[in-house]
Amino acid sequence: MLRYLARKLFVYILTFIVAVTIDWAIPRFMPGNPVDALVSRIALMPDANAALTSYFMAAFNLDQPLWQQYLNFWSALFHGDLGRSIMLFPTPVTTLIGRAVPYTLGLLLPSILLSWYVGNVVGALAARRKLLDNSVLPLGYLLTATPYMWLGILLAWVLGSTLGWFPLAFGYDQSLKVEWSWQFFGSLLYHWVLPFASLFMVALGGWAIGMRNMIIYELESDYANYLMALGAPQRLVRKYAFRNAMLPQITGLALQLGAVVGGALVTEIVFSYPGLGWLVLSGIQNQDYFVIQGVFLFIIVGVLLANLIVDIVYVIVDPRTRVGLQGDAA
Amino acid sequence: MTSTTDSAPASPAAKAGRNEILYFALRNPKLLIGAVVFTIFLLGAIFGPMLATHEPMTFDAPPGMPPSADYWFGTTLFGQDVFSQFVNGLRSSFIVGTLAGFTAAIIGMFIGFFAGYRGGFVDEVLNMLTNVVLVIPTFAVLLVVAAYLSVRGLGTEAAFIGLTSWPWAARAIRAQTFSLTSRDFVGMARLNGESTLRIIFGEIAPNMSSYLVMTFILLFGGAILTAATLDFIGLGPTDSISLGLMMNYSVMNAALQLGMWWWFVPPGLAITAIVGSLYVMNVGLDEVFNPKLRAL
Repeated sequence: MLRYLARKLFVYILTFIVAVTIDWAIPRFMPGNPVDALVSRIALMPDANAALTSYFMAAFNLDQPLWQQYLNFWSALFHGDLGRSIMLFPTPVTTLIGRAVPYTLGLLLPSILLSWYVGNVVGALAARRKLLDNSVLPLGYLLTATPYMWLGILLAWVLGSTLGWFPLAFGYDQSLKVEWSWQFFGSLLYHWVLPFASLFMVALGGWAIGMRNMIIYELESDYANYLMALGAPQRLVRKYAFRNAMLPQITGLALQLGAVVGGALVTEIVFSYPGLGWLVLSGIQNQDYFVIQGVFLFIIVGVLLANLIVDIVYVIVDPRTRVGLQGDAA
Repeated sequence: MTSTTDSAPASPAAKAGRNEILYFALRNPKLLIGAVVFTIFLLGAIFGPMLATHEPMTFDAPPGMPPSADYWFGTTLFGQDVFSQFVNGLRSSFIVGTLAGFTAAIIGMFIGFFAGYRGGFVDEVLNMLTNVVLVIPTFAVLLVVAAYLSVRGLGTEAAFIGLTSWPWAARAIRAQTFSLTSRDFVGMARLNGESTLRIIFGEIAPNMSSYLVMTFILLFGGAILTAATLDFIGLGPTDSISLGLMMNYSVMNAALQLGMWWWFVPPGLAITAIVGSLYVMNVGLDEVFNPKLRAL
């Protein structure tokens, strides 16, 4: 078990190092000089130019040798310093991210967990049941093929704009004060429904299809046939099949995280939801590279941590990993 | 999936030889429906721009018009022809999907074949590389890379998507190669002293050709979705129109509030239809190639 986790942990640490290196290297080795781009973007007066250039040169430490820059980058990272935002100078990037994260997590966690659970249950029910299967399967493929933002756009158009049932934009009623009150909480929830629903629905299809295929595979296996031959009730056989089919779905959850995070970012943009996606968009529009890089690092760390949690859950759920057998080659 | 035309007993299926696959392919509704939908959009991408009577990016139309005889898909808030944008965007999607799909398939095949065939240390190293790229949220990487490129073309977009989307393909191909490597005919080829490359591309690859085709189809569809997402966030090509960019412009310019559905419905619908048809085609192909799944 420890070997299994240690191996995983090694990959994650390696991944983190690679990601940080990419984050460090891209501004430095990309064609074009980001400092010039930044300065030309925000410079107001000719003499402000020089001052800004020197500020950014110092911020990037561009006058030092490359290896020194690399070490500095790591050291700043471990001090929690991701630079300062340019569009909202001088707010630190970490503050901006900290403000946006609750909204993104509030969308992501429920939609990931609920779509996973509901998708698995629906998929398991649909497997080998003609009528249900014929409706779940095409719908599932349709949903997985839908771009996240488009479903969001459709929901916003039909339920928000045309019918007027839900608000079209923002994380809460802009006339309210941000405070701990029932009114504010209700407004939060009201604005949360549509972005959540679109994320939930797109992710649902994939899980249902995956589970359906796994159940069919399990029902064809020897143990299922044996149980049937013994005259075990259908329900019992399906219960065993479900538990076995669950394992690859747990691994799949870890693999899908990156895609769902991407989906959350664009969904937030559709609904002008004040999470990381909205932050990234304004970062891109204002060429605020520190913000983009900060969000990048934050997503990497978040996804790696989530992967680790999934691995630990996997060890708890699959006894084979505990006794040192390889189990599923996750 | 090799045909068994030589020395096979004269059963109807064997007599049909390679036509057997065609026989089942033409009777598979999933494959047919998927192929028809896909072909319609492909034709739209090829010939649509020739049919368009207006330029995609010029502002020469009356703004915000619903579909009409003159402007088939209506016009944008700024007076651009939506139909022209749509067909040119379709073309962009197919170009990005093809280029990125090929890039990812080639990398995935290369790594999968070598890791699976060589095993041992090569496998360990390549597997580690695959795992690292697999765990990295590739969308975040694309975000940072694209943000620093001030000029972006379809080619660069496709290259970056291809370079980040190969890991699952490499993994799947590795597993397949692994099981084929232990077969007798590969051992024989090895005894004959054939080179590694010859064994991989002469013995192993042809025996999983159907698998490779399906892998490419999934990579193609995935690339189209990723490209649309990137475009929507504002990191699409700077020199052309795309379906994701159309959605971005419409949302950024209050098409939702104004109820200009003709601006944002077609691009998303096209992506959903193309990618969905690919997925359904893939299931159909699986049934055609794999006799166990044939429901006839």
